[in-house]
Amino acid sequence: MSGAELGARLREGDLSAAPAALNLLESSTEADREQARLLLHEVSPAVLGGEAPGHIVGVTGPPGAGKSTLLSALLHVWRVRGKSVAMLAVDPSSKRSGGSLLGDRARIDFDPADKAVLIRSTAAGQRLGGLAPATRTAAQTLAAAFDVVVIETVGVGQAETEVADVADTVVVVVQPGSGDVLQFLKSGIMETPDVLVVTKADLGQIAVASRRDLSAALRSLGTRATRVLAVSSLPPPQGIDELVGVLDEQRASTDLTARRLLARRSGALLDFVTEHGERGLRGLGGRHVAEHLLAEQDPRLDPQALVSILERAAQTS
Amino acid sequence: MMRTYAGHSTARASNELYRRNLAKGQTGLSVAFDLPTQTGYDPDDELARGEVGKVGVPVVHRGDMAALMDGIPLGEMNTSMTINATAAWLLALYIVAAENQDPPTEQHSLQGTTQNDIIKEFLARGTYAFPPAPSMRLIADMIAYTVEHVPKWNPINICSYHLQEAGATPVQEISYAMSNAIAVLDATRERLGDRAPELIGDVFGRISFFVNAGVRFVEEHAKLRAMGILWEELGRERYGVSDERRLRFRYGVQVNSLGLTEAQPENNVQRIVLEALAVTLGRDARARAIQLPAWNEALGLPRPWDQQWSLRIQQVLAYETDILEYPDIFEGSKVMDGLVAELLEGARAEMAVVAEHGGAVEAVPYMKAALVDSHRARIQRIESGEQIVVGQNRFAETEPSPLTADAEGGILVVDPAVEAEQIEAVRRWRAERDQQAVDAALAELARVASDEDGGENLMIPTIAAARAGATTGEWAKTLRDVFGSYRAPTGVGEASAAPADTELARLREEVEQLAEKLGRRPKILVGKPGLDGHSNGAEQIAVRARDSGMDVVYEGIRLTPAQIAASALQEGVHVIGLSILSGSHRELIPAVMDALREAEVDVPVVVGGIIPDQDVPQLERAGVAAVYTPKDFDISRIMHDIVGIVGERNGVPASV
Repeated sequence: MSGAELGARLREGDLSAAPAALNLLESSTEADREQARLLLHEVSPAVLGGEAPGHIVGVTGPPGAGKSTLLSALLHVWRVRGKSVAMLAVDPSSKRSGGSLLGDRARIDFDPADKAVLIRSTAAGQRLGGLAPATRTAAQTLAAAFDVVVIETVGVGQAETEVADVADTVVVVVQPGSGDVLQFLKSGIMETPDVLVVTKADLGQIAVASRRDLSAALRSLGTRATRVLAVSSLPPPQGIDELVGVLDEQRASTDLTARRLLARRSGALLDFVTEHGERGLRGLGGRHVAEHLLAEQDPRLDPQALVSILERAAQTS
Repeated sequence: MMRTYAGHSTARASNELYRRNLAKGQTGLSVAFDLPTQTGYDPDDELARGEVGKVGVPVVHRGDMAALMDGIPLGEMNTSMTINATAAWLLALYIVAAENQDPPTEQHSLQGTTQNDIIKEFLARGTYAFPPAPSMRLIADMIAYTVEHVPKWNPINICSYHLQEAGATPVQEISYAMSNAIAVLDATRERLGDRAPELIGDVFGRISFFVNAGVRFVEEHAKLRAMGILWEELGRERYGVSDERRLRFRYGVQVNSLGLTEAQPENNVQRIVLEALAVTLGRDARARAIQLPAWNEALGLPRPWDQQWSLRIQQVLAYETDILEYPDIFEGSKVMDGLVAELLEGARAEMAVVAEHGGAVEAVPYMKAALVDSHRARIQRIESGEQIVVGQNRFAETEPSPLTADAEGGILVVDPAVEAEQIEAVRRWRAERDQQAVDAALAELARVASDEDGGENLMIPTIAAARAGATTGEWAKTLRDVFGSYRAPTGVGEASAAPADTELARLREEVEQLAEKLGRRPKILVGKPGLDGHSNGAEQIAVRARDSGMDVVYEGIRLTPAQIAASALQEGVHVIGLSILSGSHRELIPAVMDALREAEVDVPVVVGGIIPDQDVPQLERAGVAAVYTPKDFDISRIMHDIVGIVGERNGVPASV
């Protein structure tokens, strides 16, 4: 099936087109990349007549923080509320072999017959804490069809920075008593997320203390926008409904057009650098010039179109 | 004590088998349950499909237990039950069956063992039902109950057996088993509360072990001596036990199955004999009960004649040799003492690591990953020829075997009609019982289960539910609803990368070339349909595929065909690898193929497991691209095959 057809089906809310669309976006063959460009055009703001309606939520945190259990609980609440959900789980891959073990989907409970849920695991590729190259475009594409698109990454410190580039809302998940997140926040290594979730609230006192410490750290940084929540995903779950409510509020208070535009432009620049390296960037006259060039473009263009513009500029300069 | 692990098809058929075995001189019973019974599902549950009556007997309610033990006076019997997650339930059914026999037997005089070891289920065997914490509570409750009310029962059998099957080194086998025992004893001590000081000695004395013995039988014997020393030390120091009898390390043994080969299976007989020596040679560390596997276990389910052969091995050892006539023959041996000291040192260090993780329950992910690593190293030694397996990677040439020449290839095949009969039977049972009594009993079970701190023992409502006529699936579901469901760690994500030898380098090159042509890194889905929890094979395939450079979606055990199809579709995989060892491939593989067709997933499927030769054509007709059995020990070769299959299916065959 052609990229344009898949894009059109997604635009019309046909969720069954998603797996084939993702296969296409992940592919590096010349023919597939051409089809991917057509697909992306079909779900670009220019064709959609506005930003893709889905809510792109980045969820990140250190291993063992309880992300998968939390996502299971969130998925359940979203489905009860009738929202379709796509989850992009990004796993680190082996440096040596290039291969990776993608085990996360096994930890998320869902009904295999439920067509409104899609879970896709991708390897992060070679960049530490980064997203798989196709993950950004995948998220933007799926947001045309799914109500919620989750990007799950592992790590803390740098991981949430890249997620922040593409997500509308960034959630950092920490378990009680993990001091490193507190340190990262204070030292500024970590950018402040939109929502901080302390898991394992069933642990009681220690979870309460963690939540208090994080709130205090955020206040001392002068950040008031970040919400801190404590949840327990064990039966009976606590705080999950509240978290879903907070995510909805965050989404409503975000200037989506500005945030998505930023995401498309920074994504295009990243893709350009991945493809052509720092040398390519210098050919354009440096990062600043490139950013300036991107800022002048039609805000409704998709990232692939923006990359093409950069490439043409690099050739003529 | 001599027994053979047995049970299949139905309670009635198994009862006949037990009576025959007892008549041949067997002195106890060892009950094998089918996987639905072990994991808490009724025969009509979706997950039970293809598994009913396969690896053991289905016991769904007190009526089945009564039929299983019909005509066998339970007051005189010593019964070992290989049952873990649902051990409390099966003991309850056994207690009820005994009180309903004519003449009745009070629970006070029942003798036997329930395996009841959940940690090794998370680590190696996979038949768990509930999350770790409530599982430990169930175990502790059962121990606390039996120590008072069924005092001659061994409520738990700490298993190191399955750890070795999953690749454990002797040091790992010793240290993980001991750490496991500590977790159980600590939980029970807490459960006993004020009565702990009075009863903990009895509890310690009732704990027995179930160990493995491999073919390196000198080292294996040293391992058992080391375990005895550690156990006594633990009793004295941690639990304040001083009674010599209670401090004795009591263990039963099933000798190694991992080392048994499908190639030239007759060689397994001498392996089994040598392994039996490991646990009988020295009196100071001699097994109390021995079970020997059948020579053809790697081929499929053994027949009565195969089991008789295993029993005869024990009888020759006991009655013809002079092995039982001497005191400990290793007393004063410098070599043996040195070996023991070395193992003790390693085990103590590893126990300290487990303790640092917060004990055996918390350390499950750590231990699991360590086992996957050890097993991978073992397989690589065999592939490279460093470790010799006669008839497999050396001396592989063979004359045709008359032993496997008959139509079924020398194994027992369970009649597929059994499943339908059992489904019919459980529905009839539910229709004919007093439903109100069952509902009330299950509600009471749920109440006690929810009241975590109430100190009420779960065995009481469990026995009441057994009496009322509840089923295995109903009992387990009631507890699942309270405790939540759980998936154990797979260990594969943490497994370290393989050292790159030339073989692996060549594979990576093949995978890179394929990735280039496909435009995406080859992606494989590895999974185990059905209830079989023996995940070693699937784990090793997953790890090697990763090390070869593929993207691997590994979902672990207990998957329904619908789950596999949904994952394959959503993940956009190029190939699917399925592993089944329980003999349910005849039903489950075609079911998976149907589910894939329904989901419009058109990718090649390869199957690995204990698949008899005569079943291969049927699987191929169902659309399977390749079948691998234990004789395909070279995983690199399998990977090479898979790369070829994916290339061909995608129209990009490998260039020569």
